[in-house]
Amino acid sequence: MVQVEQDIMSANQRHADVNRRVFAGRGIFVINLVSSPGSGKTTLLVKTIEALKGEFPIGVIEGDQQTGLDADRIAATGAPAYQINTGKGCHLDAHGVGHALEHLPDLRGGLLFIENVGNLVCPAGFDLGEAHKVVVLSTTEGEDKPLKYPDMFYASDLMLLNKADLLPYLDFSVETAQGFARQVHPGMECLTLSARSGEGMEAWLEWLRQGVTAASATAKPKVLLSEGT
Amino acid sequence: MSLCEGLVQTLESQAAAQHFSKVHKVWLEIGALATIEPEAMKFNFPIVARGTLAEGAELVTELVDGEAWCLQCSTRVAVRRHGDGCPNCGSYQLQILEGQQMRVKQLEVS
Repeated sequence: MVQVEQDIMSANQRHADVNRRVFAGRGIFVINLVSSPGSGKTTLLVKTIEALKGEFPIGVIEGDQQTGLDADRIAATGAPAYQINTGKGCHLDAHGVGHALEHLPDLRGGLLFIENVGNLVCPAGFDLGEAHKVVVLSTTEGEDKPLKYPDMFYASDLMLLNKADLLPYLDFSVETAQGFARQVHPGMECLTLSARSGEGMEAWLEWLRQGVTAASATAKPKVLLSEGT
Repeated sequence: MSLCEGLVQTLESQAAAQHFSKVHKVWLEIGALATIEPEAMKFNFPIVARGTLAEGAELVTELVDGEAWCLQCSTRVAVRRHGDGCPNCGSYQLQILEGQQMRVKQLEVS
């Protein structure tokens, strides 16, 4: 009989800790974007990149079971994107994200989005080294999603309520959805927006800008090997 | 499934560190707020363990309550899931302290 006391997530956590150190050293603000399939994550990313490009470097790691369709949509904005296909897997892990970084240019002082596999369950349990998980809920889903999938809403620091342009046609209460989110996660930040119409986008862009500014302050100066020679 | 792979990796690293080659029984402590379903774990473990040092091993799961600090009534309370209120005062202003662990506690090995 042997005593152990070891968490079975420790392997993923080790990789996540390494990723986090890399991000801090390069001063990259990293967002792990999570939601159910079809909430509008990729459209939101495309619009976000179009609005922010030119301000700082932006890159995207895309996670899907199959196809490179999302990476193609991102690449059309001019931002570098790398697609991870998880095959039968239902989430990204920190090890895969670490390797995906090798395929992206240096985003020093910029912003990295990791668009997770559309799934409100498994990605909640896997730290990728991000600064924040941001959960996207769309108005065409139920208001009760935060109560049905509490782990994800607990793990996320910000909830984006997307497809706000459809609110006039739906029986969806923004207050109820936010109330449920804060029942699971007291004090959770919530923003309402529409990636399609652009309403509410400015608050989200400002939230990102502030994160990028704070993260880039931690960047260590790049060591130039040729210096002094 | 990937959590079971994490479990087998944990067993393999323990085998190297504590010098054993076969695992017969595993005690796993699961926090009530961990993103894990004990029954799914029990179903998948024998499949993932096939062909490893843990092939045929028995998995015993122990579910333990999470703990939170209630900001309303300033008490340490037990929580069984996210979104439940404080058992004392019903407030949702709970700060989770513990309950997300999935920890291998003890092994029967040879």
